[in-house]
Amino acid sequence: MALLEVNGLSIYFHSRNGVVKAVDDVSFTVDAGETLAIVGESGSGKSVTCYSLLDLLPKPPAKIEAGTALFDGIDLLSCDAAQMRRFRSNDIAMIFQDPMTSLNPFISIGEQLIEPLIYNEDKSARLSRSDARLRAIELLDEVGIIDSEQRFDCFPHEFSGGMRQRVMIAMALINEPRLLICDEPTTALDVTIQAQILALIKTLQQKRDVAVIFISHDLGVVAGIADKIIVMCEGTVREANDAEGIFYRTEDDYTKKLLAAIPEGAKVMPNRAQVDNPLIKVQNLKTYFRDYSTTPAGHIKAVDGVSLEIQRGEILGLVGESGSGKSTLGRSILQLAPITAGSIHFDSIELNKLSPAKLVPWRRKMQMIFQDPYASLNPRMTVYQTLAEPLLYHSLANAKNIDQQVQQLMDDVGLARINMRKYPHEFSGGQRQRIAIGRAIATKPELIIADEPVSALDVTIQAQILDLILNLVEKHNLTMMFISHDLSVVRYISDRVVVMNKGVIIETGDTEALWADPQQQYTRDLLAAIPLADPKSERLRRLSR
Amino acid sequence: MWRFALNRLLQAIPVLLIVISATFMLVHSAPGGPFSAEKSVPPEVIAALEAQYNLDQPLWQQYISYLGDVVQGDFGPSFKYSGRTVNELIAAGIPATAELAFYAMMVALIIGVSAGVAAAMRPNTMQDYVPMSAAMLGICMPSFLLGPLLVLIFGIYLEWLPVSGWGDMPGDKIMPSITLGTGYAAYIARLSRGGMLEVLSQDYIRTARAKGLSERVIIFKHAMRGGLIPVVAFLGPAFAGLLGGSFVVETIFQIPGLGRFYVQAAFNRDYTMILGMTIFFATLIILFNLLSDMLAIWLDPKLRHQARGNN
Repeated sequence: MALLEVNGLSIYFHSRNGVVKAVDDVSFTVDAGETLAIVGESGSGKSVTCYSLLDLLPKPPAKIEAGTALFDGIDLLSCDAAQMRRFRSNDIAMIFQDPMTSLNPFISIGEQLIEPLIYNEDKSARLSRSDARLRAIELLDEVGIIDSEQRFDCFPHEFSGGMRQRVMIAMALINEPRLLICDEPTTALDVTIQAQILALIKTLQQKRDVAVIFISHDLGVVAGIADKIIVMCEGTVREANDAEGIFYRTEDDYTKKLLAAIPEGAKVMPNRAQVDNPLIKVQNLKTYFRDYSTTPAGHIKAVDGVSLEIQRGEILGLVGESGSGKSTLGRSILQLAPITAGSIHFDSIELNKLSPAKLVPWRRKMQMIFQDPYASLNPRMTVYQTLAEPLLYHSLANAKNIDQQVQQLMDDVGLARINMRKYPHEFSGGQRQRIAIGRAIATKPELIIADEPVSALDVTIQAQILDLILNLVEKHNLTMMFISHDLSVVRYISDRVVVMNKGVIIETGDTEALWADPQQQYTRDLLAAIPLADPKSERLRRLSR
Repeated sequence: MWRFALNRLLQAIPVLLIVISATFMLVHSAPGGPFSAEKSVPPEVIAALEAQYNLDQPLWQQYISYLGDVVQGDFGPSFKYSGRTVNELIAAGIPATAELAFYAMMVALIIGVSAGVAAAMRPNTMQDYVPMSAAMLGICMPSFLLGPLLVLIFGIYLEWLPVSGWGDMPGDKIMPSITLGTGYAAYIARLSRGGMLEVLSQDYIRTARAKGLSERVIIFKHAMRGGLIPVVAFLGPAFAGLLGGSFVVETIFQIPGLGRFYVQAAFNRDYTMILGMTIFFATLIILFNLLSDMLAIWLDPKLRHQARGNN
């Protein structure tokens, strides 16, 4: 008998606007020690399926309409609250997507870690605080937290994202569960951290013989760890097979679409960069932030002496991990962050010498696209207002031709004109990013700085947005700086790449040359961390480590 | 943290100076004076009295000498209660008022927090609607209505509690405390409901559930710390409000507290008394706001960390 056997699971969401079939007749099994990956886009029902197993769905609106989920022969969907708490305490653990919000900021790491032990639903299994502490410190060591004894009493904000995810993993494993559910555990993390966390989950799983359900929107991420994969779309299972079957022998169109969306290989568009005709010239730029809490000197050196040029027509990729200073560099170039020293030239004008009033016409020429299309659009403005505002502010349109110009923008970014009067919340993530791109190109800029524009999006949407950006760059003759932590995306879009770490440039080079022959160890580590969308080569790579 | 406190105390100096100057100008520009009573008093007597209290000097001189006294903590003699200083009168009234404010605060916190938390645990059910409607009623009901109503029911019809007094009979402190605390209880209930709802929708509460913790641990340990921060921030202004706003309740229940002195002083044009009480309350408001801000910082590990770094 399988450890977990889900049969005919259907979950509907009942809302005022009608019934949404979030999960519709889903069945699968997981054996002890096995890894099942559930892959699908946002809204495919993959997370809802797993949350229902631990009764974590808000009810209402969610309602389980049909199906069973037998764990050791007991139905998880119909057991009472105390039995469910027993399962959560001892048998099934979960790791969530965002380690930044999944830990309680008011309670120390150590206290949160030992809670499953000291409040165990089975009173006989409860440990004393001091025993629990010993167990927790041991486990923190195992998941790779250095100085675990000192760090036991720290609060979550004193940990980086990767460290918090390690703590989450330790917390999930502390009662030695037999099933571990991971909901996109690496989506919010840098590639190098992602590689470490994936390896950690795999190692711990093999050592402890835990069954794992791994949820992801990205087939590339699961290639190396999944034994079986089910592909979900709109609440139903599209395909279920072993990993190699999905990657090498799939017949399903949707799976093929997911596989095709994984950014891979070199840029297909020609390099349009002009030679020795820089649009942007950054010299010895330093941007420091005041901060008393971390360093006695009271400064964070976000950007610490960077010099670079962006040629006209070039797409320059800027890669680095969180905290490398790449976003600050982008904001400094656009004069959105006050710089400490150095200079930034746009053409022959030194931007950092201009007063805010004098800067206005230059602002029109340089625009930014932000990472989170949910947060960067004003929720109280319609698409029309969002797109019309920059046009009217910079006098690029008048009352007569504004409608026509906004419509033109909507066409450019691939949004249907009938959506013009809608508000941001009525759109999906990908559509919102199209609106944000439309707003950025509205003023007919020469330079666009795109800060992680596709990081918050599903792979399939990501591929569409990348192609949209490439087309617009060509059509409008743009120069672009593309900031990302995702190296595959950067390779797909950039002519030249700059690698940043700790506020300084590590390495610069033409994209393909850099990929073929990275000069610095840091760059080599970054490249080695990219997950390969190919189970066989992933396995070889893991064996060679 | 101490640097933050010192900063705020230094900022309080100009605030107090403005309060003193504005009040001084206002009381002196109001028509009438402390000695213009109904009874006609010979002009010589008034002149002698005014000379005794320096009221015959130019206004700016009075202002300067008053400021000098205040800096030394001396609010001067009362004009109406001859032979007693303002300091003495405040000291005489403060115990009853402070005690009343403290009990009222306990009433407000116990009722408010439990109602708010209970409501947040089952939003949009009867467990939410009933306490929240009661809270709305509590906010709308002025204390000059609630006080007599309580007196009528519990004092006169049921004869359970004494109808007035303070510390004279057992149980005579109950009704005043409830009368004064109810409005604040209602406000705290709404604040804690909002704070708890916000926190209960956070990802880390889902994590706590997934760990197998019981609802009790989730509410009391995981949710309350963050959920009640708005309440803590409200405590300072609320306490100052309780101290200063007790006049109506003190009048209804015949309590020898500060509030009654304050209003009588205004009617009597008792210049030094009005000024002294105003400065006293302004100082309390500033201090309590500072205390509740410091408490809110201390409760949030992230802010605590930064505050420590600031030293």
